Amino acid sequence: MTDRPALRFEQVSKVYGQGHVAVHALRDLTLAVAVGELVAVMGPSGSGKSTLLALAGGLDRPTHGRVLVDDVAVSALRPDGLAELRRRRVGYVFQDRNLLPQLTAAENVALPLELDGLRSGAARAQATALLDELGLADLADRFPDDLSGGEQQRVAVARGLVGPRSVLLADEPTAALDSLNGEAVVDLLRRRCEGGATALMVTHDSSISGWADRVVFLRDGRLVDTAGPLPGPEVLLAPEVG
Amino acid sequence: MTVKHSLLALLAESPGTGYALKQRYEQRTGALWPVNIGQVYKTLARLEQDGLVAHPRGDDSAPFELTESGRAELSAWLVEPVPTAGLRDELVVKVLLALGTPGVDGRQVVQHHRRAVIEETQRITRTRRGEDLTWTLLVDSVVLRLEAVMRWLDRCEARLAQHEGAGR
Repeated sequence: MTDRPALRFEQVSKVYGQGHVAVHALRDLTLAVAVGELVAVMGPSGSGKSTLLALAGGLDRPTHGRVLVDDVAVSALRPDGLAELRRRRVGYVFQDRNLLPQLTAAENVALPLELDGLRSGAARAQATALLDELGLADLADRFPDDLSGGEQQRVAVARGLVGPRSVLLADEPTAALDSLNGEAVVDLLRRRCEGGATALMVTHDSSISGWADRVVFLRDGRLVDTAGPLPGPEVLLAPEVG
Repeated sequence: MTVKHSLLALLAESPGTGYALKQRYEQRTGALWPVNIGQVYKTLARLEQDGLVAHPRGDDSAPFELTESGRAELSAWLVEPVPTAGLRDELVVKVLLALGTPGVDGRQVVQHHRRAVIEETQRITRTRRGEDLTWTLLVDSVVLRLEAVMRWLDRCEARLAQHEGAGR
């Protein structure tokens, strides 16, 4: 992990609607996520978690403030710039997997690269290498219908990670999974961050947040608290008193 | 932690001397519950007296073995229900008292504890040691208990919000 921010929210507000029906999804939120950092976002529903991810990925624009990915203001990009950002720099992992049933796992993972203009052979090679790296090599030639829910989700994570993506956005990526598959998914994100990516992950699950370098808490669109790991795992081994 | 039944479990695997049993015990429990050698010898003496362990052929220099009644005692203990924490939990008491104390923001108190739970979860998650099954299971047990506490705190916040909304 470095001190250099890969993702920044500067005094960001997002308001949906106007007047007395206006909903303040985010209020004056400032947050920087460093290169190599895995940050978990927690908070009750309606606290602004998903809005935060949507703004980071350029799926929506802030009402006030700026969102920067690698020093580029996402909020100021024109449509073609935004499209390129989404294709090349930002990877998304969603709760619902949306794999295409007529394509194999490897073809699903290769798809974003092919859509980005990469030749199919090269795209497939990258996809297969990634599946291999993630311990999913055995699944490469299987179709989604032949995969378990957990396997599908891990393939979907691979699809979100494939290519030169430096910023990973994950919205409840483990919500539909049993605990061991959930752990496998967060372990993938963790390893990508150790390899230099940056991840912002929404979760309501404390055992998943436990894998993060930092956990931020949202409430009513505001960042209300931050948690980081307590020092020294060796404390765990101290003899119990009494 | 019951040293008596842990020794029976270890002897069910293979015979052992007091010293060897102490080492195996600490290995199996991830060194979480250190036990002193005097305690092991004293417990073995009592188990022998009760006929739950014995030296083979009455040879005092041979490693201890589990007897038939020792095996029966162990089997019964392994499935015996364990008392749960029940209602007397310090965190629960703190939150309940915070809600009725003038000048204290109950939601803020809940948030402080939520942060503490997450930080403890992060710390323990970092001690994961790859494929070490004993350690992984120990970490799981702590992380999942913390998750239950976290879910209760989340529930507190949701109910508080609901309550405040209804009182408006």
